[in-house]
Amino acid sequence: MLDLKGIYKTFNPGSITEKKALQGIDLHLEDGDFVTIIGGNGAGKSTLLNAIAGVWPIDEGSIHLAGLDVTAVPEHKRAALLGRVFQDPMTGTAANMQIEENLALAARRGKKRGLGWEVTKAERAKYHDMLVSLDLGLEDRLSAKVGLLSGGQRQALTLMMATMVKPKLLLLDEHTAALDPKTAAKVLEITDKVINENKLTALMITHNMSDAIKHGNRLIMMNEGKIVYDVSGEEKKNLTVEDLMKKFSEVGGHFSDRAILG
Amino acid sequence: MLDISTLLNAFPGYIAQGAIWGIMALGLYISYRLLEFSDLTVDGSFATGAAVTVMLIIMGWPAWAAMIVAVIAGMLAGLVTGLLHTMLGIAPILAGILTQIALYSINLHILGNKPNQAVSVDKYDLILSLRTVNEAIVIALIFAAALIAAFYWFFGTEAGSAIRATGCNQAMAKAQGININFCKVFALALSNGIVALSGGLLAQYQGFSDVAIGRGAIVIGLASIIIGEVLAEAFFGKHMTFWLCLSSAVIGGILYYIIMGVVLWLKLPTNDMKLFTAIIVAIFLAVPYLKKNFKNSFFRLKLAEKKAAKEAGKNA
Repeated sequence: MLDLKGIYKTFNPGSITEKKALQGIDLHLEDGDFVTIIGGNGAGKSTLLNAIAGVWPIDEGSIHLAGLDVTAVPEHKRAALLGRVFQDPMTGTAANMQIEENLALAARRGKKRGLGWEVTKAERAKYHDMLVSLDLGLEDRLSAKVGLLSGGQRQALTLMMATMVKPKLLLLDEHTAALDPKTAAKVLEITDKVINENKLTALMITHNMSDAIKHGNRLIMMNEGKIVYDVSGEEKKNLTVEDLMKKFSEVGGHFSDRAILG
Repeated sequence: MLDISTLLNAFPGYIAQGAIWGIMALGLYISYRLLEFSDLTVDGSFATGAAVTVMLIIMGWPAWAAMIVAVIAGMLAGLVTGLLHTMLGIAPILAGILTQIALYSINLHILGNKPNQAVSVDKYDLILSLRTVNEAIVIALIFAAALIAAFYWFFGTEAGSAIRATGCNQAMAKAQGININFCKVFALALSNGIVALSGGLLAQYQGFSDVAIGRGAIVIGLASIIIGEVLAEAFFGKHMTFWLCLSSAVIGGILYYIIMGVVLWLKLPTNDMKLFTAIIVAIFLAVPYLKKNFKNSFFRLKLAEKKAAKEAGKNA
């Protein structure tokens, strides 16, 4: 499904702010893999997701997605294959546009945008039903501006937008980090449901190690732009936070208190 | 002695000019409000539209055909600004200023290297003229209404929504597969095409075009949008539909000219007109900001405290 080979990315090369963000990433994902990614600040987690999404070109290496070489494909074209949810709830939705307009924009991801109506009557009914399943009370507020929603509602909406056109790969960049614990749990629950129901392949960054263990079928740990630990199957299920802590100090990483306490 | 009848006699003229500038404000609405791109090209593209229209009519073209070419010329100007920004990474305001400055020379060339050219309604068949001012008002308003209807349709389509999403949240637009650079360039071209159209209408209305016809157009356009918005919000509240927002920009243009007319009628010196314009726009820009800030200020709490203390004193 996803094949990353020898990926390198350095920001501001040759200057005092030079940052070797990715230093030789090799990663292969099978169809239906749900991989959680952990690692300290600056480990390259978000950089990795941005590389896959095509936010900027990588320095070296190749990215294959669903059998296509997308290494040189720009972000807006790669979007046809990807669903993305960001850390900041403001990033994933257009605040000045209505809920139904945001959904309609997402429904046309990877399709040609012509002169047909943005939101048709049939679509409106469909969105209503989809939002009912979200159980956040949004189904009766289709014409409300997204800017009026709470952070959790916006993340749940973004998640729906990321998956309504089935993506080859779902990229979740700490999408619950900005939410309060209760809302975060609810959004994670929706995440699990969406991934299972649609049999999606997903990469999820999290700061929370118990979440990283609890969710998905595979876990990778990053440090200084490299994948330093990769575990799946039974071995992953039996992991404990202590195991991860130990593993992490072995590679010389440092976790924030939040990751341990969360 | 101020004579109210001179003001009333001049009123239709202000309405006609205001409606024509209201059309310009509709064009500016695309860049300023929908794309959130402060596009200073408009001072130049307005004059380009005027110059192209006048010169082609003088050359014997029918007015409608001349205006179509004017729109295309304006779109090219917007295209240049868009490409300067998206392809060459020049900041929005600077990209607009560069095109505007370049257009000054180009507009002089279009005008046959003269600062102005007359197009008399006696000699040519014009679409509107200040000679028949009531008819001119109707024609300008028909143009405005047609544009509002076209906007309402286009920005409700998939392509139009992609432009709105680009203006609202670029990261989100890209993640949904929207080519934001294309959207920006396209929207800027569209915007300046409409601005050029209104330039062509104004040149016909006043019977000449000069190279400085667009000077300060951005301020007049902004004034129209802001005056319209402030007043429409006062009448209809915060929840304004799209067509109401657009209509209010045109009405704002008319009101702006009426305000200017009153200023002239009060015999305030015409040399100071630009100063008055700037002050009026500054006031209308400041009102919504100050209103919001007041609601969210310690000063308000202090006032409330004082009022409460006063009433407590009264009751005691």
